[in-house]
Formats: sequence, structure tokens, C-alpha cells
Amino acid sequence: MRFGVFLMSLSVLATTSIALAEPPAATLSPGFKFTEQTGETLYANVCQACHMSKGEGAVGAGRYPALANNESLKAGGYPIYAVLHGQKGMSPFGRMLSDDQVVAVVNYVRTHFGNNYTDAVTAQDVKDAR
Amino acid sequence: MPQEPPNDGMSRRELFKLIGLTAGSAAMYQAMTSLGYAAESGYKGPIKLEGDPKGASVLILGAGLAGLTAALELRQAGYKVKVLEFNSRAGGRNWSLRGGDTYTELGGATQKCEFDEGLYLNPGPWRIPYHHNGLLDYCKRLGVKLEPFQQLNHNAFLHSSKAFGGKPQRIRAFKTDFQGHTSELLAKVVKKGQLDDVVTKEDREVLLQALRSWGALDKDYTYKAGDLTAEFRGYDKDPGGGLGAEPVPGQIIGLSDIVQSRLWRSLTSFALYEFQTTMFQPVGGMGRIGEAFAKQVGDLITYNARVTKIDQNDKGVTVTYEDAKRPGAMQTASADWCVCTIPLTILSQIDIKVGAAMQAAIGAVPYASSVKVGLQFKRRFWEEDELIFGGISYTDLPIRQISYPSTDYNTTGKGVLLGCYTWDGANSYEFTAMSPEERIKRVVEYGTQIHPQYAREFENGISVAWHRSPFTLGCAGDWTDEGRKQHYDNLCQIDGRIVLAGEHASYIPAWQEGAILSSLDAIGRLHKRVLQG
Repeated sequence: MRFGVFLMSLSVLATTSIALAEPPAATLSPGFKFTEQTGETLYANVCQACHMSKGEGAVGAGRYPALANNESLKAGGYPIYAVLHGQKGMSPFGRMLSDDQVVAVVNYVRTHFGNNYTDAVTAQDVKDAR
Repeated sequence: MPQEPPNDGMSRRELFKLIGLTAGSAAMYQAMTSLGYAAESGYKGPIKLEGDPKGASVLILGAGLAGLTAALELRQAGYKVKVLEFNSRAGGRNWSLRGGDTYTELGGATQKCEFDEGLYLNPGPWRIPYHHNGLLDYCKRLGVKLEPFQQLNHNAFLHSSKAFGGKPQRIRAFKTDFQGHTSELLAKVVKKGQLDDVVTKEDREVLLQALRSWGALDKDYTYKAGDLTAEFRGYDKDPGGGLGAEPVPGQIIGLSDIVQSRLWRSLTSFALYEFQTTMFQPVGGMGRIGEAFAKQVGDLITYNARVTKIDQNDKGVTVTYEDAKRPGAMQTASADWCVCTIPLTILSQIDIKVGAAMQAAIGAVPYASSVKVGLQFKRRFWEEDELIFGGISYTDLPIRQISYPSTDYNTTGKGVLLGCYTWDGANSYEFTAMSPEERIKRVVEYGTQIHPQYAREFENGISVAWHRSPFTLGCAGDWTDEGRKQHYDNLCQIDGRIVLAGEHASYIPAWQEGAILSSLDAIGRLHKRVLQG
């Protein structure tokens, strides 16, 4: 089971080497906003809903674009805008994420799944795009 | 359908709630009416498409309720009708999952529904307000049998993990105590004359009588535990017969506990016009409606048709589609006119030849996120142990609510609960991001906090996360007021030979009535256009 360690508290995770080897636990935030803070956990609990676990996207009657090896991520402003305001099939997340959370997840996606855009975006970039 | 975000950001419903709480229900109704929510649905009886369309043809995209309504009525009016549908069944979001059904979500996970015969989950719409008279009329015309859907069950629970030590509270007790305390407070200030500037002398005495009656107050206008309040909130020990049958009234909940628990937030789920009694559900599952439509117009539908392009010129419309079972096998269908009911999440990705205004509107409507989980249990413990016959318990846990079946009451055997129903908010996406098995596992764990019987009685479950639905990529149109102002009319107008319809083209998004009214309006206008030549 992928989320086999979800009952373990974060402190246990941090101090147990076996637990650290496991994938991060699925989070259920206590309120309307997301409480995940790192790019990895934000991706796994939010983006993954549509873009899937390896950023491969999905195809049905319409599609969720793959984020893996995606050249549209080259300019950091584009994913910032999409995350904040949504577009077409994508939901807007601006009200549910802080500037820092947007930074974390955008930088994560731009440096994972075969993407290697190392010019990190900043909280100021996000603020300006709100 | 919709729930309000539990905190943060003032949604329309939050606003109503606030108005309702501070100014009373009359002010709330007035506010809702002025914002266009509480008007009657506008259905004026069966549509009359009079006049000869002279063999004109219409291609309908999508066999959900909007498309099926259009197909039924346009054929009746003399049109040549063809319908293209992505799924291998009719109904769209009008859908019930029953034992033996399989469902494959985006990402590839396939679930097989293992419910026993007669048990089901309605992943999409599941209740029909009495004022959705368009939908009710089609149910009547199509012979879809309805039964009452219990929205409010006074014996169901309000639950907060942060109040009353996590112990669920009966709605009847909480509501009575809330009403009693607030009535007592109001009576106090009225008696002290502190409202004399707004309450006339003549009204004063009558108002006090009303508060006493409404709040179950004693002769001193005090709300306190006793026989009187027990008649409303229920007893610790119900009155019985014979020896030792004397009832025992329960203790009341203190005002501060009531206020701080925030359980009062859920009471609006019973007060809102769209959730008021009488509500209905089709016997055997909501999907019975789509199935009944398909009996009438099923011969017009091409299934497994994935639309990739919608082209038009001054002579007609040509739609390119792919056989979803055989990717790459492209075909075209042509007609004089097109009624397109494809959800905007998908339509916004399709190459469609319409003007810039409609194009912008198609891309401007985000879709709500929603997750439902159905759980089968070995026995109907909610009825047997807790006397909960239908209705909904609300909670601050991520599952948000538990709905008990509004059918087969007081029978032995198994039952299916709606164990989770999220609407927007973080949890909806978080549940969607999990595998179906993980969703069910977590939902059972959370539900156990409210019904400990879950642990022993759970058998199997099935989950539908609407953002992983291959045929919608989301739950329903989630318009903002600004978006509607800017784009709604552009979305609904006829563009050349194409008109859009669906819940997204209505003022009652996410409700089936919206899909039907939108469709009737669209084909009415289209028919006029056709007759004009």
C-alpha cells in the first residue's frame, strides 16, 4: 500500500530511517486551504489528483497535460499563473495556497519529472501574479 | 450538492449564512432572491416546438440530461437527430453504480462495484428539490418512480472533532437548545425594553409569546432542562409503558458550548431553499432517469464517440470524432445544426469553430471538485443501533457528511452509506490524489469516529473523484459572479449553427434541473432560428 505509513506522526517520520524510506503520507488538511508546505507533498496531494504521480497526465474525453518533460514550464511565470488562476480544465488554486506554497510546488515541478529549470521562482513573482 | 468551504473566503453560501444568522431568514430569502438563487425554476410545462423544421437535422453532442432532453424534444418536433456520446452508456453524470458495474478513472485505476443486489451509489446528483419541476415533469413523463429523499433527519448527528470531546450530537437536541438559548436571550432584551425603538408596544407581548413557543421557554422565559424542552429535544429515557416507564429529560447544552462548537454551521444545510423538504430520489438510483431517457432515444445515440473537432460554415456543422475503443479511428458526422452539451473542461480543449466571445466563455469556467464514496455494511446498524432512518450527519472531518439510505427502511440485511461527500476545498483534491482503495480506507477510518460500528460491519466500497472522471474532468461549472457577468450570455447565445447547453449554461449549476432548463431554452431558440430559415 502506497500510503502505508500514514498513521505515523511527522516526528516519527523524521527520526526513523525506515519511515523516511517510505513515500510521504497522504495529507488531509483541516480546513479549506492546503496545509502541505513542501513541493513534494503539495504535488503528491494536490497536482497528482489530475496530473498523476509521475507527471504523466491523463487522457479521457479531454486531457490533463503531462507535466513531465514539459517545455511550457520553461518560463516560471506560466505555471505560477496557471496554479493561481486556473485555465480551461484546470482549477484556480490562488485562494487555497500561500505565496510560499505556490513557490514550492512550481519549483518542484520545474525541477522534477524530467524538467530541469533551475531558475527558481520567488514569492515576489507569485505576489505579482495574483 | 454544494457545501460551503468550512472557513476562509466568503463564498456565496457563506454570505447567505451570515445574513441568515444576523438578520433572520426573511432577510436571507430577500438577499438570495436578489442574487438570483431562490427564484422558481422557470419550467413552464412541456416545450412546444411548433412549426415544420422541414427535415432539418441536429447533431447533439453528449447524452447527459441536457443532450437527452434535446434529443427527445427535437425528434418529437420533426428533426432528424443524432447523438454522439463519449461513454458507453447514456445519462452522463446522472448515474448509479450498482453491484457488477466497473468504473475506470483517469490514471487507469479500475474499480468493480461489489454491492449486493439493489444497493447503489449515486456518484453525481442524488436528490431532487420539489421545485425542480422540469426534472420532475420528465420523471413523470418517462415513468421514473420517485420516493422521498430525507435531507433532514432530526435524529442524525452533527459532529465536530473539536467539540464535545468528539461525541456526535443529535440534530434534534442541538437545534432545540440553540433555538431555546437564543430565544431566551432575545426575550430578555425585549422584556427589559431594550428593543422598544424597533418593537412596538403591541408587538412586544406577542413577540414574547412567540419566543416562548418557538424556543420552548418556561413561564419565566427561561430555557432549561425539563419536561417541556424534552418534548422538543428528546429524552435521556423515552416515555414508556407499565412500571418504570417514567421519562427522563436530558440535560441541555450550554449556550457557550453551542456557539463554540460551530455545529450550527451545518443547520443551514437544512434551511436552504434547495434542500428543503420535500426532496425526491428515483427508486433504484438516480441513474434510472438517464436509463428511462435512453429507452426513448437510445436508437439515436452513437456511444464511445470522443469528439475532437467541431467545425461549422453557413451550410452546416461537421464534427470529427474518434472511436474511444479504437483510438485513431476517426469519423465525421454532419448536420444542419448542433446542440453541444460537452462539459466546458473538455470543450475548452476541443478545436471548435465559434466566435471569440463564446470561445472565451468556454475557457472561463472552472469546475468544482467533488468526491463521493459509497460503503457497504453487513447490517443497517445506523437504523438498528441508532434509530437513524435516512438523512445526513454532518462533520468537520474530511468526509464532511454521512448520508443514510432513504429507502428500504427498517429491513434486515445490508445497506450502503454515502460515507464521504466533499465539495471543493483542500480535502476534495487530496482525496482525488489518492488511489481509490486509499480513499475508501481513509473514509472508513474517519467514519469510525462517528459510528464505531464501521470497524466491524464494513464490507466493501467504491469511490468516484470527479476530477478523475474521464467524461467530465471535474464535477460541475463553478461560476464566479464576475465570470458570469463577463461570459454567461456569450456562452448561451447561438453562434452560427451551434448552441451550447448543460448545467454549466444555467443559473443552477450542478443540478440536473439546470441541464434540462438550459437545454429547453437552447432548443427553443434554435427552433425559432430554424423556422426563420
